Amino acid sequence: MSAPVKASSAGGEAKVLSPAEIAKDLVITAIITFFILVPIVAIRTPLDQGTLTWHPRFGLAAALCGLVVVGRLALYLFVWNPKAKAALAPADASAPLKAVKGPSLGDRLGPKVAPTLLILAIALPFFFIIIGNADGMFPGWDRRGIDFAITVMLYVMLGWGLNVVVGLAGLLDLGYVAFYAVGAYTYALMATKYLPAWFGPEIKPYAFFISLPIAAILASLWGMILGFPVLRLKGDYLAIVTLAFGEIIYQVLQNWSVFTEGPRGISVPKLTFFGIPFDKSDGGFAATFHVGYNRIVYFAFLYFVILALALLTYFVTKKLRRLPIGRAWEALREDEIACRSLGINTTSTKLTAFAIGAAFGGMAGAFFAVRQEFISPESFKYIESAFILAIVVLGGLGSQIGIVFSAIAIIGATEAFREMEFLKYVLPEGTEPVQFRMLAVGVALVLMMRFRPRGFVTKREPTVYLKEKKAVSGDLVAEGHG
Amino acid sequence: MSDVLLQGTGVETFYGKIQALKGIDFEVRKGEIATVIGSNGAGKSTLMMTICGTPRARAGRITFDGQDITQMPTHEIVHLGIAQSPEGRRIFPRMSVYENLQMGATVNALKNLDEDLPKVFKLFPRLEERRNQRAGTLSGGEQQMLAIGRALMARPRLLLLDEPSLGLAPIIVKQIFAAIKALNEEQGLTVLLVEQNAFHALRLAHRAYVMVNGKITMTGTGAELLKRPEVRAAYLEGSH
Repeated sequence: MSAPVKASSAGGEAKVLSPAEIAKDLVITAIITFFILVPIVAIRTPLDQGTLTWHPRFGLAAALCGLVVVGRLALYLFVWNPKAKAALAPADASAPLKAVKGPSLGDRLGPKVAPTLLILAIALPFFFIIIGNADGMFPGWDRRGIDFAITVMLYVMLGWGLNVVVGLAGLLDLGYVAFYAVGAYTYALMATKYLPAWFGPEIKPYAFFISLPIAAILASLWGMILGFPVLRLKGDYLAIVTLAFGEIIYQVLQNWSVFTEGPRGISVPKLTFFGIPFDKSDGGFAATFHVGYNRIVYFAFLYFVILALALLTYFVTKKLRRLPIGRAWEALREDEIACRSLGINTTSTKLTAFAIGAAFGGMAGAFFAVRQEFISPESFKYIESAFILAIVVLGGLGSQIGIVFSAIAIIGATEAFREMEFLKYVLPEGTEPVQFRMLAVGVALVLMMRFRPRGFVTKREPTVYLKEKKAVSGDLVAEGHG
Repeated sequence: MSDVLLQGTGVETFYGKIQALKGIDFEVRKGEIATVIGSNGAGKSTLMMTICGTPRARAGRITFDGQDITQMPTHEIVHLGIAQSPEGRRIFPRMSVYENLQMGATVNALKNLDEDLPKVFKLFPRLEERRNQRAGTLSGGEQQMLAIGRALMARPRLLLLDEPSLGLAPIIVKQIFAAIKALNEEQGLTVLLVEQNAFHALRLAHRAYVMVNGKITMTGTGAELLKRPEVRAAYLEGSH
């Protein structure tokens, strides 16, 4: 929360600090934070039937204080760590200058960032549940926090999926939302029409997990259908065709009412715990596992499903990058003619990139449908593609970790505007803060492209290393931070 | 005739309506260095690319080790054992030197990677020094070495080199040509070299062709052509 903001004032140039100095700094941080938090958090004075009462909440204040200290310690370890910087300095004066001016975000965060993020991602719902239920400090934040986390995670997955096509294979795809739509409608139609018709109504609770692979397969088929006509196209021309493709899917969904229900949309069944519904019934999750019924369990489960899907995307992509097909994608992005002269079948390379990227988009779409419980073509407009592309570009093309940060930034910015009630006093009469969110995102993107044109994480991680005999240049020393 | 590795008869290539190759006959025998020299726009690079199948020849026939490759797709031709170091190097700039070399070995499913890598590094020690560096940060000469090294990783039976001296300092050009010569003499590698730098190319070549306007106008051994006054007048005055 307040940790990064507070800490950034002390940031800047890295100084070599001994552990004792860091410990001293952390103690001071804790004391200052605690004094700030006491009046804000620790003493609550609700009006109770006309009388002012006093509610001490020192436990919560201490917890938040601990969070700040841990955040600052993390900054010392990963961001202001002079070792991470020293490793980046060219060891050999004759080595060519680095193209990037300073160490990028990814460089400074170092190799521990991916596992750290993973642990944070797993802990996140529990954190929201705790602060949401803690003494009325953030009432309703369990639901809202997890909801927000689900949205971010969904876009992280979409970003990682599109990253295969745009970031790795270098094929500019402006119609990625088409595959998202195919996945969403696959689940919606399977769950409401086809699965019950084929296997009877008792299949319904399992519909999502049956539809998920089907959504992936159908989306990747559509990926290949898009891929074939655009095989010879590149860059701008390819972008136009993919844009049109996205629009075609949207129009079909909108107008083929017999099949898709058109603009009326489709209501789809909720997610179940592998067949066990999250309700108060005797066969429900609470009764089966002998836990108290709480709606939040459903949202937490949704979150873990999208987390699992996103991680699947992450690890499959990471693995593929190390296989010949993944290297061929990257080589294709770099130079198509050279690729062909090395005996790489560019046709199949492009088609697999489209197909695999689309498969992830399709799974994300199926999840989107089950989470929204209702889908209509309105959710699959061009702006969604643009959003996902912006996340990939902002994160740094090809960088998986960068995409996490840019998804948090972009989705965070758009969602934060829903919360900023105070803006009402600044904005013209009769306008809502929500109306300005796209404007804010636009401004943020412009600024980003001005100051970090190649995204958050500009460094490309080589997929293989030869063992080092001696350092030759700064580009050598990047240890794997996926 | 059995030692002819690559042979072209009456090869004609068009870019749309423009004819770039007007009936080319050539051959490259096993274990020799053949070179095609000529000025800009003579069709040298087109010949090289036609051998690789992009663009395909509209007329004529190209055989590799007796097999007709005229209509084959490029990646299949490469799988037969023809590796190319393309004009302008075309290395993968954002990938590391090692990854670039690995891409070269993709044809053989990386089977010979560990065995061939030291050979390439022995030929071009600079590449070993820079093996984990981004290829785009290499100098022009190093990039050319990388392009040749990458082609060698495919264990070709025929190495096509398109203007390896392009835009390089004279001393680097010498090094590159010395490496080509070493490859040929020590490993018996067959090389087809396309060059504007006629002096270096002819000194190296066992067989040489002069191309003008999409046609071959002269042929002979490199040494023979070096002595020909018309070759000297057209390609060697003021060069080297």
